[in-house]
Amino acid sequence: MPRVISFVLYIAGDTVRSQRAIANLRRIGEERFAGRYKLSIIDVHADPASAERDRILTTPTLIKQAPGAARRVTGDLTDFNQVLLALSLASEGDA
Amino acid sequence: MSMAAKKAARARRAARGQHLTRQGSIDKIATGIPGFDFVAGGGLPECRATLVAGTAGSAKTIFVSHFLTAGIQRFNEAGVFVTFEDSPVDIRRNMCAFGWDIERWERDNKWAFVDVSPETNGPTPIVGAFDLGGLLSRIEHAVRRTKARRVTLDSLNALFVQFPDRALIRSELFRITTALKQMGATVVFTAERTEDYGAITQFGIEEFVADNVVLLRNILVDERRRRTIEILKFRGASHERGEVPFTVMEHGLIVIPISAQQLTQESTTVRVTSGIPELDRMCNGGIFRDSIVLVSGATGTGKTLMSAQFLNGGVQKRERCLLFAFEESRDQLFRNAAAWGMDFEKAEQQGRLVVQNQYPHAMPMEDHLVRMRNLIETVAPTRVAVDSLSALERVFTLKSFREFVISLTSTLKKQQIAGLFTSTTPSLLGGGSITEKHISTLTDSIILLRYVESKGQMRRSINILKMRGSPHDTQLREYTIDGHGMHIGEPFRDVSGILSGLVHSLVVEDERDE
Repeated sequence: MPRVISFVLYIAGDTVRSQRAIANLRRIGEERFAGRYKLSIIDVHADPASAERDRILTTPTLIKQAPGAARRVTGDLTDFNQVLLALSLASEGDA
Repeated sequence: MSMAAKKAARARRAARGQHLTRQGSIDKIATGIPGFDFVAGGGLPECRATLVAGTAGSAKTIFVSHFLTAGIQRFNEAGVFVTFEDSPVDIRRNMCAFGWDIERWERDNKWAFVDVSPETNGPTPIVGAFDLGGLLSRIEHAVRRTKARRVTLDSLNALFVQFPDRALIRSELFRITTALKQMGATVVFTAERTEDYGAITQFGIEEFVADNVVLLRNILVDERRRRTIEILKFRGASHERGEVPFTVMEHGLIVIPISAQQLTQESTTVRVTSGIPELDRMCNGGIFRDSIVLVSGATGTGKTLMSAQFLNGGVQKRERCLLFAFEESRDQLFRNAAAWGMDFEKAEQQGRLVVQNQYPHAMPMEDHLVRMRNLIETVAPTRVAVDSLSALERVFTLKSFREFVISLTSTLKKQQIAGLFTSTTPSLLGGGSITEKHISTLTDSIILLRYVESKGQMRRSINILKMRGSPHDTQLREYTIDGHGMHIGEPFRDVSGILSGLVHSLVVEDERDE
């Protein structure tokens, strides 16, 4: 039974960089975890309290909350393999 | 910040009686750090970014914490502390030592931390392009929540270590400080330097991000630590130049602006007694009320006696007197005074005499100075004696010593307090001391007590070497000491060379005696 991957993506405003990070993350999700990932997107401008709670320094920042220990990676997520490595998800994927 | 918001902020401050200084187009806000605002010509430029740079242990974190604390305590202005290195837990605990209850201020919404201290699971991996939008948003949120007017970022090195792209971090810092300035906050950020004298920082923030640069130094001079603060630049505003000593004491930082002190002293022609009637006559009627007398002499010549009589002279006139004793204990002093016919015990009980004993090695010059000034303020004496200055000279560096004397004399003069300092000459006969060489120009009068070897006997001479602004007796007179103190008698007429120590008799016949 494959596990559900839970992502939180912090972005700062509706910028080109934010859009690129969202698009890249969706693509990773569809390619590797189709049908079994959850994504919530938090804009630090709209919700700075959450950013404070999660100690967000850089944006975009992606947090994998489950399964396993939380992991994070920052940047617009251009390199899929590096993203998966950083989040310890390299062995989780479908492909 | 809009003009209207700025105007409103000024009005609020004015209503609280807080003074804002204006220089050209630059307004300054008082930091509230004692002494700093004086050196800084009123305070830090308002709504600007100031870099405070210094080596490890140069008190950067204390500086920024004090900046926020003074904002809260003195001006009711909230502050935000963005910490990149120490955890808020550590900062709260460390600053507790100064009596700063950060936790309470956090509860009262006067102080907010933005915690960017290192994560336990290491730095976040980077994949692709990013910025510091998260940080900016958190800081802005904290500023809005507390209505902060002061923001500190401590220290930026951690950012540059974590993110190798210096140009990116610099431009992000520029973006952050610009945003904060527009919100009406005055920003102080710190950076660590590798050397006290060298490049300001390794990261070029001083050129790109900071409007102003303040340097903190912690230098080793003659095996002693010396802290100084230097305002390197205030863009578009004036300030004192050069290094100014500061110290860290129980209530935080204290900057000691020495060079700028002796400017506005009035002088008086009112004379007071030296405590010795014959000496008053030699001085043409006593010493000036706001003058500083230096008494120089070898050990055993009666310097402590002179300072005791000086104090006693004040006590008799129902004045309040203060003695800083660096050589003898209170008991010793009181016993000696009693042997000279002075009741110091009673004077103390009546509140006319305060004796402060201090071991000179106990602390650095700046701390001695601050404590002495505080005591002078509390006691509000009309006379102050220091016995002896030489004891301090031995434990300070020469530069510190001179600064100490300048600062102490100007403190006394400003309040028109009569001062008497003693100085021990190293040789028994003749001689001068380092103290005299370096401070004689700072004192108004110099009295020399010298041994005179004459016909197989040690006699003592007193001479007024100088007395600023007054005619005085220039003769070398003999004096004796008995149960009533010092008695000044006739001039030495039969010897010369007393001051050089090479005394020879002027009566030729005597030399034939063998």
